[in-house]
Formats: sequence, C-alpha cells, structure tokens
Amino acid sequence: MSTDYILQTRDLTKEFKGFVAVDKVNLQVQRGTIHALIGPNGAGKTTVFNLLTKFLTPTRGTIHFNGIDITPERSAQIARRGVVRSFQISAVFPHLSVLENVRIALQRKLGTSFHFWRSAKSLDVLNGRAMELLEAVDLRSFADTVTVELPYGRKRALEIATTLALEPELMLLDEPTQGMGHEDVGRVADLIKRVAANRTVLMVEHNLGVVSHICDTITVLQRGAVLAEGPYEVVSADARVLEAYMGTAHG
Amino acid sequence: MNGKHIGWIVLLLLGLVAPFLVYPVLVMKILCFALFACAFNLLLGYTGLLSFGHAAFLGSAGYLCGYTMQGLGLSPELGLLAGTVGAAALGFIFGSLAIRRAGIYFAMITLALAQLVYFLALQFPFTGGEDGMQGIPRGHLFGLIDLSDTMNMYFFVLAVFLFGFWVIDRAIDSPFGQVLKAIRENEPRAISLGYDVDRYKLLAFVLSAALAGLAGATKTLVFQLASLTDVHWHMSGEVVLMTLLGGVGTVFGPIVGATIVVSLQNYGAELGQWVTVLTGVIFVVCVLAFRRGVVGEVALLIKRSGIRP
Repeated sequence: MSTDYILQTRDLTKEFKGFVAVDKVNLQVQRGTIHALIGPNGAGKTTVFNLLTKFLTPTRGTIHFNGIDITPERSAQIARRGVVRSFQISAVFPHLSVLENVRIALQRKLGTSFHFWRSAKSLDVLNGRAMELLEAVDLRSFADTVTVELPYGRKRALEIATTLALEPELMLLDEPTQGMGHEDVGRVADLIKRVAANRTVLMVEHNLGVVSHICDTITVLQRGAVLAEGPYEVVSADARVLEAYMGTAHG
Repeated sequence: MNGKHIGWIVLLLLGLVAPFLVYPVLVMKILCFALFACAFNLLLGYTGLLSFGHAAFLGSAGYLCGYTMQGLGLSPELGLLAGTVGAAALGFIFGSLAIRRAGIYFAMITLALAQLVYFLALQFPFTGGEDGMQGIPRGHLFGLIDLSDTMNMYFFVLAVFLFGFWVIDRAIDSPFGQVLKAIRENEPRAISLGYDVDRYKLLAFVLSAALAGLAGATKTLVFQLASLTDVHWHMSGEVVLMTLLGGVGTVFGPIVGATIVVSLQNYGAELGQWVTVLTGVIFVVCVLAFRRGVVGEVALLIKRSGIRP
C-alpha cells in the first residue's frame, strides 16, 4: 500500500555548534491533509520550518517535495515550486496597502517584475484576482487601508490571502493563531480549514484547541526529535506526550 | 491631479525661472547634486540599502566624462554616456559584492570599495592626482549647440536632470519598484513569495550607480573640472545628509535636501569652517525633531489636515 506523500524528510538534522536543534526528523505529510507540528517551547518546530524552506541549511538529511529532492535549492526556488510559508510574527508589508500586499504575490507571474520602465498601473489587471482573495478572508472592505493600521487578527488573515495568491500546493503556517484574541482564533482556524480544502497544510500550533479541531495528523516534537505521531485522539492519549506537555501546555 | 503631479509642475516652473533669479551655475550645481541624491534615495529610501560609497560613482563618472572630452576629444553627450555606463559597471561590481551582506556590513563594504576607487583616482596618471583634471571643454552638444554659453548649458543640465529624475520616479512606481518596496518592508516575506531578492537589489544598485554617474558626469561638464573632492568619502556622507534632510523615501525630498545643503555651502561660504558646524547642527535638529525630513513632515501635515493628496 502506498500513500501519497507531498513532503517527506529523511533524517533531517540541524546542529548549531554542537547543539542539536533538530535531530533526525522523519516527517511525512500526506497530500490533502492538515498536519500539525506541536511540541513544547524550544522543541525545534520553527527550526524545522526554516529547514524545509531553506531559510536554514540542514546539517544532514534530505527533503523531498512531490518526490523531488529539494534539499539543495534556494528559498525563493522552493517557494516557486509551491511550498509557501508564513512566519511566526505577522509577515505583511506594513506600508503598502492591503491590496498591494496581495498583488506583490500575484505580480511575479506576469514576468514584469524587473521592468523598472513600466508603470505600476500595468499591475491593475491583477486587482480583480486580488479582490477575490481579499473577499475569501473577509478583507475586501479594507483593500485601500495601509496595512500597518489593520488589527492584528486581520493582518494574519491578509498574510493567508497573500500566501493563497501563489496557489501553493503546500502551505506552511507558523503559529497562525499566536497572540490572538478568542474570536480571532476561531475565525482564523475556520479560515485555514476552508482554504485547506484543495491543498495541503503543515502548521506549527500551540493552541491545542485549534489542533484538535482542524488537524488530521499531529506530529509531536520534543528536543528536536519526533516523540509521537498520529491523529489527535491517539497522540493526546500517549503517556509520553502528556508528560512532555505537563505544565508547558498552552492550550 | 495628485500631489505628485503638482510637485512635477512646481519643479518644472522653478527649473525654468531659477536661472533668471539666481546665479545659473549655482542652480546647475544644485541640479547635479539633486540628481545624485535622488539616485541615492532609490537605494536607501525604496530598497532599504544604505550605501556609504556613492561618491565613487559620482567621482569616477566625472573622470570618465572628463577623459572622454579632453583626452579623446569626443562630444559632451558621449562624455555623459561614458560616465553613466562606467558608473553602472562600477555599480555592478560594488553591488555584487555588497548585497551579500546586510545593514552596517553592507555600508562598510561599499565604503571600503569607494576608498579603493579614491586611491586609484589619486594614483592613475590620467586623473591628474591631487590637481584633478582641469579645463575640460564643454564642447558642442550633438555638434550643434555651444555649451560654453551659460544658458545653453543650463537648459541642457535641466533636461538631463529631468530625464534622470523621471527615470527614478518611474522606477519607484513600476512593477520593479513594488518588489523593491516589498523587500524594504519585509525581506524574508519577499523571499518566501518566490522573489530572488539579491537580483532585485543588484538591479537597484546598478540603476542608482548609473544615475549617480550621470550626475557626476554632468557636474564635470558644468565646472569643466573633475577632482578628488567628488570621490572622497565626505561626498558619500554629504549625500546621506541631503537625502535625510529632504526626506528619505519621498520622491521630491532629496531635491529639497540637496538645495538646502548646496545653498548653505554657497551662501555660508563667508562663514568659513563654521558652515560645517551649521550643517551639522541642522542635521542633528533634523534627526531629533523632524525625522521624516522636510518633504516627509510636510506630507504628513497635509495628510493630517485631511486633504487628500
């Protein structure tokens, strides 16, 4: 029986001067699922994300995306393959308008991004699609707002819209609900569930409520290594996971 | 009609009447430095890169233009072309090395390379060393217009400035400019959207260097002189001052900044060394009290007063 894995890592390892931040992680993300990466602070979750997107170079191990070895590729190349990440702190372009934020993601496909002699008005053809994306995250009425003025939860929604603009096959979301109020958490969780309909999502998340609600598979990391893996019911009943999480759980 | 259109019209009118109100050579000097500062602003204000070696582009373009005119006896338009292309090539070398690092390290690499250029300018035989190149002919533009006439020269300089400024204005407001702003605002995010940010930075650097070169070559024509002053690191510092004073990241700010600094140096000349102190005080006041620079603060006032620009 062969399962369709969109992303696979083999013995992925990252050492910083003798300190092993990520230790032989074998991650398998099944196509079409929402996969969560959880674990106590310092477990290496964000480091794994940085390795997958080559913001950090692995010390050892390989990363396969759709069966292709992407380990030697640069960050921007990986993004162009369809693996698009978000960041732990909201990753928007603060002094551009909300519409422009989404358009930045859309404009690369036009192939005119080096054209310094062309008017930016040539980008207006993208406005329709940009508005659709903003509609999908309930930001249509904010299109002309300067992004810095958006409330935090809305910024995270904009970030998801920008990520969606690239039509990613695999979305990597780094703590999408971190620092949010109660209502925002619910809204963003629903949003993720909705946009994950025809793609794959790998997310780091502290909020176990969100994880249990929307994620299909959960991988628990501890001290850089995989501690347990499986659906929420299995993982949450695992004695080692309970022990690791006692007193450190956020949700 | 928006704020930028009004700015362009004011600029054009000022450019047309200024030589009849003020000493034309002073206005030409202001225009050259304004173009230089605008070129610098493309990098600092719109890409977020602080170069501390821009004098190298201004100065070496001056020498190249001077050599083309005096040594090879070619026409002024070819002199400007030589200066601009030379500065662009130099910019490519500087840029390729410097963009590998960020922040203060980027600034230090550009400074180190600019010092290298200064040393070469001092040592090469054709630059005239300490004396510089003097008595460079202005020549006839396209073989027709005699540039030794001050007014002809003035309107040529104005045309060159407006062209350079238009290129910068367009680059800022282009698909390329959008990516530059994205890189300035959040570089990791720009990468994660699939942009090879180094290539964008390099193109911005080369553009900025080329236009700084155009400014330097034009300045050489105006003063019929290419000297070490223009490759000295003082000049790299001065352009930072002009840009910050006028308003970094604003389209017209560097022009205002250059006007203030050059006018101060000119009219404050009788103060001798004190003009440096005065400039320093103005700079400190600017950084402490109105950090957005003259144009930046005015734009903010207009925005706050509720008038749509």
